[in-house]
Amino acid sequence: MTIFLFFVVSSVIIISSLLVVLCKNPIHSVLFLILVFFNAAILFILSNAEFLAMILLIVYIGAVAVLFLFVIMMLDINIAKLRKVFLNFLPIGLFIGFIIFLELIFIVSKSNLLIFNKNSNLIENSNAITNTKIIGNILYTDYFLLFQLSGLILLVAMIGAILLTLRKRQNVKKQNIYNQILKK
Amino acid sequence: MEVPILYYLYLSISVFTIGIMGIFLNRKNLIVILMSIELILLSANINFISASHFYNDILGQVFVFLTLTVSAAEAAVGLAIIVIFFRKTDTIQVDDINKLKG
Repeated sequence: MTIFLFFVVSSVIIISSLLVVLCKNPIHSVLFLILVFFNAAILFILSNAEFLAMILLIVYIGAVAVLFLFVIMMLDINIAKLRKVFLNFLPIGLFIGFIIFLELIFIVSKSNLLIFNKNSNLIENSNAITNTKIIGNILYTDYFLLFQLSGLILLVAMIGAILLTLRKRQNVKKQNIYNQILKK
Repeated sequence: MEVPILYYLYLSISVFTIGIMGIFLNRKNLIVILMSIELILLSANINFISASHFYNDILGQVFVFLTLTVSAAEAAVGLAIIVIFFRKTDTIQVDDINKLKG
């Protein structure tokens, strides 16, 4: 049953990620991207990572995909005129993609890294507590530097995005608190 | 029945290749390139999660946090750059972006 569900979910992921790349209208691409993320969340639940599945729903679908949608709606993009340049890059692009795909398949199927025993029993010992609790236990103690680092990355991204899109326009009336207070 | 880890790896390889091809063959606009990068990061996440499940080690799931953070930050900054580029040049078609003569 699980493996049947896995096949259904993974085929949906592959087909809709192909459609993300191939769709002409960027809005359709974003909607298929949401479908990919949703199915990846189902896949995460299948492999016992419930907390990350929920985070994927909230962060990716709730924040990132909606951000993409907003930007596409704000920019006035005319739906792509397919140009003939596309065909010039098609053979070499397909060739490179095929080579990457074959190499990765070869490496994965020939590697013997995957025969390792299950040496760590972090999860097995704790059947009673939930996945969220296990992640919290390890994230706030052993790996708190990673946690703070991710916070710092988000701060830098926030400052960068605000600073990039900020602009001073002429002929716009603004409130200047400093001048307002000093005025007699 | 347990799903073998190899299936997860094949799935993530396929998604990764589709993302790479999306970057190569894209002649439409810059936003689709950012979406392809999101697909690539998602395939890395699938790899981490499946390995974490297979080895019974929670560290893979902890690392997925960092990947999620980085991809969210990347999307925010990338979209901001696209917005200011559109303000300057009124286009984000890939073919029209030749300011650097690359």
